[in-house]
Amino acid sequence: MTDIATMPRPVSFGRRLKRFMADRPLIPLIILLIVLVVILQILRPGIVNERWLANTAKFAIPLAILAGCQTMTMLTGGIDLSVGTVATMSAFIMATQIVNQDPTVAFLLAMLPAVLIGLVNGIGVGVFRVHPLIMTLGTSLIGTGFLQVYQRTVIASGAKIPDFLNWLGTGVTYGFPNALLLFVPVAVLIVLMLNRTGFGRLLYAVGDNERAARLSGVRYWQVITALYILSSLLAGITGLLYIGLIKAPSLSLAEPLVLPSVAAAVIGGTSIFGGRGGYTGTIIGALILTVLTTLLTILQMPEGGRRILFGFIVLFVTAAYLRIIEDR
Amino acid sequence: MTTSPLLDATSVAKNYGAVAALRNASLSVLPGEVHALMGANGAGKSTLVKILTGAIKADAGRILIRGQQLDVRSPAAARRAGLLPVYQEPSLIPDLDVLSNLRLTGTPVEPFRAWVRELGIPDLDIRETARHIPLAILRVLDLARALAVEPDVLLLDEMTAALPANLAEKVLEVVRRQGDAGRSVIFISHRFVEISALCDRATVLRDGATVGVVDIEPGVEERIVEMMLGTRIEKTRIAARAPNEVAVAAGGRPRLSVRNLQLGTKLNDVSFDLANGEVVGVFALEGQGQDELFAALAGSIRPTGGTIDVDGAPVKFSHPSDAIQAGIAYVPGDRTEALAMQRSVRENIALPFSAGLRKWGPIRMRREQVVVSGAIGRLQIDTRAQGEVQRLSGGNQQKVTIARWIAANARTILCFDPTRGIDVGTKQEIYKLLRELAGQGKSVLFYTSEMEEVQRVCDRVIVIFGGRVVDTFPVEEADEPALMRAAYGLPRGAKADVGILAEVRPASDAEAAS
Repeated sequence: MTDIATMPRPVSFGRRLKRFMADRPLIPLIILLIVLVVILQILRPGIVNERWLANTAKFAIPLAILAGCQTMTMLTGGIDLSVGTVATMSAFIMATQIVNQDPTVAFLLAMLPAVLIGLVNGIGVGVFRVHPLIMTLGTSLIGTGFLQVYQRTVIASGAKIPDFLNWLGTGVTYGFPNALLLFVPVAVLIVLMLNRTGFGRLLYAVGDNERAARLSGVRYWQVITALYILSSLLAGITGLLYIGLIKAPSLSLAEPLVLPSVAAAVIGGTSIFGGRGGYTGTIIGALILTVLTTLLTILQMPEGGRRILFGFIVLFVTAAYLRIIEDR
Repeated sequence: MTTSPLLDATSVAKNYGAVAALRNASLSVLPGEVHALMGANGAGKSTLVKILTGAIKADAGRILIRGQQLDVRSPAAARRAGLLPVYQEPSLIPDLDVLSNLRLTGTPVEPFRAWVRELGIPDLDIRETARHIPLAILRVLDLARALAVEPDVLLLDEMTAALPANLAEKVLEVVRRQGDAGRSVIFISHRFVEISALCDRATVLRDGATVGVVDIEPGVEERIVEMMLGTRIEKTRIAARAPNEVAVAAGGRPRLSVRNLQLGTKLNDVSFDLANGEVVGVFALEGQGQDELFAALAGSIRPTGGTIDVDGAPVKFSHPSDAIQAGIAYVPGDRTEALAMQRSVRENIALPFSAGLRKWGPIRMRREQVVVSGAIGRLQIDTRAQGEVQRLSGGNQQKVTIARWIAANARTILCFDPTRGIDVGTKQEIYKLLRELAGQGKSVLFYTSEMEEVQRVCDRVIVIFGGRVVDTFPVEEADEPALMRAAYGLPRGAKADVGILAEVRPASDAEAAS
């Protein structure tokens, strides 16, 4: 039930359109995505085929999951810059431990730093009130340092990519990338959690008005600690998926995904000031960024020019989108 | 008196849009006089002070200083004309040390030091950063800074509030000597004790106009209270209540029992009971400790002393969730403090349901819908714009803050000025609701600064002044003169012919309450 439905009053078409968009913020995003795909098809006719779709999905999925971490933390007015390091750590540990360990043990070892970093982030932000930007940047640096130390201890044993992760990261079944087997449940769970669980409600409430949440009996530190652990776990799982896709364990494996993941959440309509946004928008945001990257690659520009253009487009899209959906 | 006034303001008026903050205010201060400026909340005291000190510009009126018309268009101009204010909020810049603060305003350092010693602080380090100095000392430093430039007219706004007894005494002594030295002081205070000990005359404001100038002499406080009340002095009749709104006669132990509650200098020895089925009003002027009282009961701040019992069992709240657990819900006066503005009406009402760690799981949407729409229906919230609470009107937003606790079925509701800034119709609905809650055996603690609301809603009323409970009335006796008198710290039965100093507890004791 919206205002338009109950109160028919004379309003200009532009205003009605704006209201419509404000109530359904996904529509302008989907339109933008389709426009980008159409431009791609015009520039390079025939590029948009089944293989291209599967490839785009494969590369968009790790970005989309990390952007999910950003969405959830941004809803509370925070951010998680440690997702890149966490993903890299779990991928690297997995790839090196699988050499001599049972897969289950290797998996648990891989997820251990994720839990620890998430816990430290959560306590730092929730209890000691360190700004999330600084807190997660700090733990990210610490994590990278530990990883370098760890690398020396396993230098002799070498690394390999487990077959299962290989299959999950790059495999395609009946035209669908296998990564969807992981992504679809994760996405559904995040969306359901945000909209249909008490914890999801609290993320929005804490980000919108922390004082009001407190007066309603919410303990801030509990919510924040749980949130950052969850975010780190998701990042760890993304790392495993990503190593199956990239197949080259390195100390900066997922680092290039961090800032795009923030951008995807922002383009998807999640406010970095908290209290507003959702995961469906973020998924489309991740797709838009991935398509945009392809688009800029086929333009055959020098790397520098491509980055400049990418930055400008991201800024423009975000600003325009906020103008459209914010009904003030 | 024949001497010409040092400061003479006549027919000053100031409008904010359609609202007249000052209509016809006059103030005349003689040389060497300590002059009290009095008036209830909203009478226009602070507007007049702001005009005199150049912070805002009057729409009409004439201000003469030493017989010369002056256009005080900025605080600097007022300062040059010899008018200097000391406001309630400390005015030193927190991140600078005291010396830099002095340089900033061009205050001579040696006289400042002399005054600081005079005011009872022998060991001030002027290199100390202002942020690290306690509030009470900061206020004294503000005063010393003003005194150091030897202003002709010193304007003191609630100068002794938040001061411990020994400092307050020194301050009053210094102020008195200002008068003896031929300088004038305008003294704004709610404390009759101080006024009668200090001031020569008082100007009384009501509804933006000067309604009288009186000499301070024994027994004058009754006349001042009458002036502040105006024609409303006649006993107001308490409206008969509908049967479903009558309080349930509550036997047994009280729902909430507060004993000797202490909170720094803000609350002092506060004791009262709240029974099931009762609406108890808390009436006070601004800043008498009511905010702290409610915050302590809601679990937002920890009291420094005293006990709170719920249903006869002692409780210690360390977080609002503890209070909520005990069935005590707090509705703050400021709606922006209670609502997640970008979220829906439904989510705002259901917020307490998800608060506990054990309720973080899936929400039973249908059951929640039933409970929430029950509360919405009960409060008749206009839900046309329910998508975001910020699109609702102020009155509807306020209803949402209350509906949350109706839905949560809280047994005790602490309502802090719930009708502030909302329309008359909604006010009536809220009064009715509070009475109905009492009718169902719930209990309500209701702070208000409007005397009319006490009579409409409450069964009993507690009046707080300077962090202490001055008096507790049954509503039948809570007419406006009685409330007003109590709100200014005058107990019931103080007769007009008895001087205040003879009647009230010793002055030092009263100052300690601040």
